[in-house]
Amino acid sequence: MARTLTRRALLTRGALLAGAAACGLGTLRSLVYAQGRAPIRIGFIADITGTVAQSGRDMLDGFQLYLAEKGSAMAGRPVDLVVEDAAGVPANALTKARKLVEQDRVHILTAPLLASEGYAIRDYIAERNMPTLFAVCSADDLTQRKRAPVIIRTGWSSSQPSHPFGEWVAKTLRYKRVATIGSDYAFGYEVVGGFQRTFEQSGGQVVQKIWAPLGTPDYSPYVTQIRRDVDAVFSIPVGADAIRFTKAYRQYGLKGRIPLIGGGVLMDESLLRGMDPADAEGTITALMWSAALPTPQAQRFVAAYRAKYQKDPSYYAETNYSGAQWIHAAVEHIDGKVEDREGLLRALRAVQLPNAPRGPMRLDQYQNVVHNIYIRKVEVRGGHAQNTVIYTFHNVSQFWTFSPAAFLAQPVYSRDYPPCRYCA
Amino acid sequence: MGISFYVQQGLNGLSFAALLFLLASGLTLIFGLMRIVNIAQGSYYLLGAYVGLSVMHWTHSFLLAILAAGAAVAAIGALMQRWFLARFHQQALPQFLLTMGFAFIFSDQALLLWGGDPQSVPVPPALAGTFVLGSVYFPTYRLFVIAIGLVVYAGLWVLQERTRVGAMVRAAVDDAEMARGLGIDVGKVMTGVFTLGAFLAAAGGVMGAAFLSIYPGADFDVLPLAFVVVIVGGLGSLRGALVGSLLVGLLDNFGKALFPELSYFTLFAPMAFILALRPQGLFGRA
Amino acid sequence: MTPGGWPLGRWRSRTAAAAVLAALAGLPLVAPTYYLHLLTLTFCYGIMAMSLDLLVGYTGLSSLGHAAYFGVAGYTAGVLATRYAIGFWPALTLALAAAVIVAALFGLLAIRATGPYFLIITLALGQIIWGLAYRWVSMTGGDNGLRGIPRPLLGPGLHLAEIRPFYYFALIVTALAAGAMSLLTLSPFGLTLRGVRESESRMRALGYNVWLHKYLAFVIAGAFSGLGGALYAYYNGFVSPADVSLVASANALLMVVLGGSGTLWGSMVGAALLVFLQNLISGITQRWLTILGAILVLSVLYAPQGIVGAARALAARAAPRPESRRAPVPTAEPHP
Repeated sequence: MARTLTRRALLTRGALLAGAAACGLGTLRSLVYAQGRAPIRIGFIADITGTVAQSGRDMLDGFQLYLAEKGSAMAGRPVDLVVEDAAGVPANALTKARKLVEQDRVHILTAPLLASEGYAIRDYIAERNMPTLFAVCSADDLTQRKRAPVIIRTGWSSSQPSHPFGEWVAKTLRYKRVATIGSDYAFGYEVVGGFQRTFEQSGGQVVQKIWAPLGTPDYSPYVTQIRRDVDAVFSIPVGADAIRFTKAYRQYGLKGRIPLIGGGVLMDESLLRGMDPADAEGTITALMWSAALPTPQAQRFVAAYRAKYQKDPSYYAETNYSGAQWIHAAVEHIDGKVEDREGLLRALRAVQLPNAPRGPMRLDQYQNVVHNIYIRKVEVRGGHAQNTVIYTFHNVSQFWTFSPAAFLAQPVYSRDYPPCRYCA
Repeated sequence: MGISFYVQQGLNGLSFAALLFLLASGLTLIFGLMRIVNIAQGSYYLLGAYVGLSVMHWTHSFLLAILAAGAAVAAIGALMQRWFLARFHQQALPQFLLTMGFAFIFSDQALLLWGGDPQSVPVPPALAGTFVLGSVYFPTYRLFVIAIGLVVYAGLWVLQERTRVGAMVRAAVDDAEMARGLGIDVGKVMTGVFTLGAFLAAAGGVMGAAFLSIYPGADFDVLPLAFVVVIVGGLGSLRGALVGSLLVGLLDNFGKALFPELSYFTLFAPMAFILALRPQGLFGRA
Repeated sequence: MTPGGWPLGRWRSRTAAAAVLAALAGLPLVAPTYYLHLLTLTFCYGIMAMSLDLLVGYTGLSSLGHAAYFGVAGYTAGVLATRYAIGFWPALTLALAAAVIVAALFGLLAIRATGPYFLIITLALGQIIWGLAYRWVSMTGGDNGLRGIPRPLLGPGLHLAEIRPFYYFALIVTALAAGAMSLLTLSPFGLTLRGVRESESRMRALGYNVWLHKYLAFVIAGAFSGLGGALYAYYNGFVSPADVSLVASANALLMVVLGGSGTLWGSMVGAALLVFLQNLISGITQRWLTILGAILVLSVLYAPQGIVGAARALAARAAPRPESRRAPVPTAEPHP
């Protein structure tokens, strides 16, 4: 009896101590910095556990690489990066946002990965007037119909690469009939929607649209449904689904017969690592980044990332590296006076980076980034797959060649928009 | 929809069913004997796949990967059962919670050890081709998986019905007290069955990773499906696991092919209704 | 255990409850707002967990789909508030009604089963709601979730936009809900439920309508779970399919078990434990899931009755039997 008591008491005391320590750490941190110049606090809402753990990890790695290169200082002030894990759950993202804003009193926030997480924090950050960098979260509407003045999107919008790609596929590859297969959620709808719109505008026809639920274990029912009389298949399965899909695509005999094209995330470096090179080879996709981009600033970044993490940087890493770079530029512009929130916001909106790893970056008046879009083709060199850049579109905004007013008058891309007029 | 559509989807469904059977057979045997709802079964699948991946990486032998992964996870399963679960014999909730706790630990440690990028086990070259029959395409590897599923079922059936060991297991399931009275070491039988279940799940993991890839979260993605199989088939029934796997595999496949709009319901709604009509499953005991 | 089941003595636990309530009420005066946020979350989940304890600890039915009712109410309130601009009180009523209807429907399917079958059928039913939340994009926003739910306007001048007023509101709602559930467990209905948990066949032999009791417990539990969900939707301003997922239901079960099933208040403690631990520890280490798994394993091994259960067992051994309502006389009691 006495033994059980002690054990239980021990556990309780241990738990209490741990809890107290956790609470105390925050206070300790600010005490330490009471000396010298007060730090700039950046709140980083990460997704380093859960379903998107690796992508979230890449995001943090990219951001921290930039900070390390600058000695964790901006405009003469030390940078305190406060990282909180949302684990890919929107409600957690909101709770962590509250903690970072109200408890840690950060000066600037970075948004987590998923669209649902972005939507979860949108109202809160708007209400709190907290400048928030959206480096990866690409839900179209966050800088369109549901935009907020505090959203600084340096990453991309989901349909942004698809617009030039649709045109290019119709005009350069001269494909006429395409089947699409995408993950059945907003990101898939937006990537496919953007492609369909410009592809059909340029004379192409989307004759089949297939949607597969996120996390589909077996792609065989979908792959075997694809019409054989198409010129190409445009696909955007996400994460582990991409690996399964490309594998099934080859195993069911489609690989050599029907060219595979798709959204850039399909062939992102983070997935190429885990794919059989034979499954990936020859796939053409569009994105604002490739680790094989032959510009000096890109290769400098790739070399530094490879040296530190022993792998090629994915777009999750690049967008956060250049995101950190963006913040730095803004902070330098206001001489480190991040406490002046309006000044900081104005500076963030006005930043222009001519030499980010992906190329030149600036914001449009809706605060989404304007940058290059690269058409990439997967090539296998020495057993290693890479996204060779075969064409560059410059100065691509989220609206492509449409006027913002006309674009916004249309509904957001969804499962049924644009409608499939040529589907059998 | 010609005949080839049904053949194609049918084969797809069968290959998925075979994989489910490997996972579900262990689950149902474990429950049948010990009344344990083993949440860690999905973790065994996951760990098996990752261990198999590493072994493939080092030795390039698919067979070795399956055996090594199976053995490693079987050992983990044996320890889990012997040291933790056996203490709570016949207590459903504590056992359920223990297996859940371990499932969390395994899941997180796998993320730590193998990282978060999705990976796939390379298919052995001998099985990497595609069968073509008219307009029906079918990867050779998936035929292999179907074959293995049948072999495992046959093996388990023979084990259960025609061997002494199987007789001991059946006796222990029927009446553990009596079995003990007859001199059967029920404790050892339980550990044995649990170990076998873990081995099957791990082997399933390696085989599944070759055509479904392995990634953090695969354990909790595949577990509900395995549960549907054993519940519909009837907890404790091997035949139920077979029929359940076929039902789920085919229903899932045809459902996705014919009614893509309802893809989230094609599985759980029919299952809920089967259970409403026959709560113990098709072949389970009331 | 006495019929009341409170070895501490009813007056003692009432004092304890009042003390806790007073402490929680005084908290906004001293605590930073972040902790008020965590506590508000705790209240929402705690109500759901306590309602689950009605099923698990009192009726003996372990459900893995209890977040379904939480979510149904949350989404209903959210849709009504954002799309149809319906005020707080009518929206809340309709949300609770929705949860009750779904629980009533699902109960018809689920109550036939027991043990692991009940576990799995509730899992399946919960997944159906999840699928609905995910696919009915026009209504729920699908994967993106439902955002923009405004903070309640209770009446003229009573806007709960800030955390402090909302916290007080949540505290009052929680206290009332917990009190109601507590009274239920002490009522004849509650005692019958406990009898059902002990032995269904015996209760049937005694002439009780066991099915009806289980069914009613299921529906009532669903209703209270819905209350937690509606409160949550108004607090976060956002609902997503993650809130009705299998993980959410499993978390609810964990809260009940860690706090101590069959103790009702234990579930609230379990909710607090999970919410606070998760948020505080995830700032220190990424291995939160391993820690949670370890806590689960350790609690099963060393504290199977959960925190509150263990505390009560401890107190039961220390305090004399509450035959009278006088203060306990400090005499030497023979320990078992």
